[in-house]
Amino acid sequence: MLDFHGYGPELLRGAIVTTELAFASLALALAMGLLGASAKLSGSRAARGAATFYTTVIRGIPDLVMMMLFYYGGQVLMNQLSDYLYYNHGIDFFVQFDPFMAGVLTIGLIFGAYMTETFRGAFLAVPTGQIEAGRAYGMNRFQVFFRIMFPQMLRHALPGIGNNWQVLLKTTALVSVIGLSDMVRIAEQASKAEHAPFKFFIPVAVMYLSLTAITELAIKWLNRRANAGVVGGI
Amino acid sequence: MVDDCAPLVCRDIHKSFGDTPVLSGLDLEAQKGDVVSMIGSSGSGKSTFLRCLNLLETPTSGEVIVHGEPIQFKQNRKGIRVPADQGQVERIRARLSMVFQNFNLWSHMTVLENIIEAPVHVLKVPKKEAIERAEAYLEKVGIRERKDYYPAQISGGQQQRAAIARALAMEPEVMLFDEPTSALDPELVGDVLRVMQKLAEEGRTMIVVTHEMAFARDVCSQVMFLHQGRIEEQGSPEQVFNNPSSERVKQFLAPNFQRSIF
Repeated sequence: MLDFHGYGPELLRGAIVTTELAFASLALALAMGLLGASAKLSGSRAARGAATFYTTVIRGIPDLVMMMLFYYGGQVLMNQLSDYLYYNHGIDFFVQFDPFMAGVLTIGLIFGAYMTETFRGAFLAVPTGQIEAGRAYGMNRFQVFFRIMFPQMLRHALPGIGNNWQVLLKTTALVSVIGLSDMVRIAEQASKAEHAPFKFFIPVAVMYLSLTAITELAIKWLNRRANAGVVGGI
Repeated sequence: MVDDCAPLVCRDIHKSFGDTPVLSGLDLEAQKGDVVSMIGSSGSGKSTFLRCLNLLETPTSGEVIVHGEPIQFKQNRKGIRVPADQGQVERIRARLSMVFQNFNLWSHMTVLENIIEAPVHVLKVPKKEAIERAEAYLEKVGIRERKDYYPAQISGGQQQRAAIARALAMEPEVMLFDEPTSALDPELVGDVLRVMQKLAEEGRTMIVVTHEMAFARDVCSQVMFLHQGRIEEQGSPEQVFNNPSSERVKQFLAPNFQRSIF
């Protein structure tokens, strides 16, 4: 029987925090990626410029530096905004910038930049004839996008999304540095107190591994669905 | 139905890509039941002309009139001519269905899904009815047993016949064919042409860009020969094939005479 010296429930709570953080960040990353890719492929020069600025800046800064910037810097900005609103407009507005929020924002924005490139390439890989056929049959822009572009783009995007997801999941470990009680932080505290690093870090490693393995299966399943109709596909 | 308006008329169509003129003043009038073929060498502007008819390309000038309804244009901010009303363009496209050289069946949908897609989502036909209709058209083009296959799982000839069924399922006023047999093995060309001949005999209005001279000669009611973006010769098949006045047409047709595909 495994003995976690009473840290078991806390470790479990940490694992849930990690999972929540990963999925919330993934949602933001996917949204930012679609937005970024649309901007990069749009006819508007301003939109293309903004998206290029976003991907260049975000991909060029270390994840940890950005997380600290968001966490510490974000709170400072929030305090200033709150003071300004209160003294000048009498509005009582304040948001505590907690580590979870900073984590989701940072990880979501970082991986949104990578997803932007994944989605951009995937959209470009949809043959123009497929889109043209949609237009020729009287579909409007939304129908062409949701009924043709999107499902065909997914075929090309899913392998990239899968890779990004795995890296994203492991990046969540960084939030322990800014004080979020994810499973890494709990394990670190417990192993220090009990002088038993293997006892706490191995379960954490196994937990990450099972999360990546399970989601890998889910991605494979999605991939099979998206590639229906592709001969010699995956 | 008595109707003064031809299903498809266009007048003085010009199209340039940048500074390069591709079409220089083309006219077309297709009455109900007409089968008009456009022939000519590659680069003569046939496909571009066809694509102007359903606004996949916007003509630089000239009018397109579908059943008496002229398509409205405006200038955009950069002074380029664009359709004024996207809704009108979508409505009109739904009445002119197109068959492409490379089939362009939607690869993530089965044959049946391809055929009901636009009727259900564009014409808002109830799904059950659309399926019945689709099966009847698949029967007609002879590939009903392939309805649950994906396009990549069937031959080119079958794909093109599925694409024709997709076009028929819109119950269009005019069918546009853009070199429908050019991407096919010689063996499969006959199947597709036979289906098209059957449609012509049913009295469907068709505009066909083709390199199949025998089809143009034997099936069509009107032949247009395009050369460098202009109509070089136009008339009945006998006139264009047996008695062309243009040297260019004679030269083009000379090697084609003996060939027959039926």
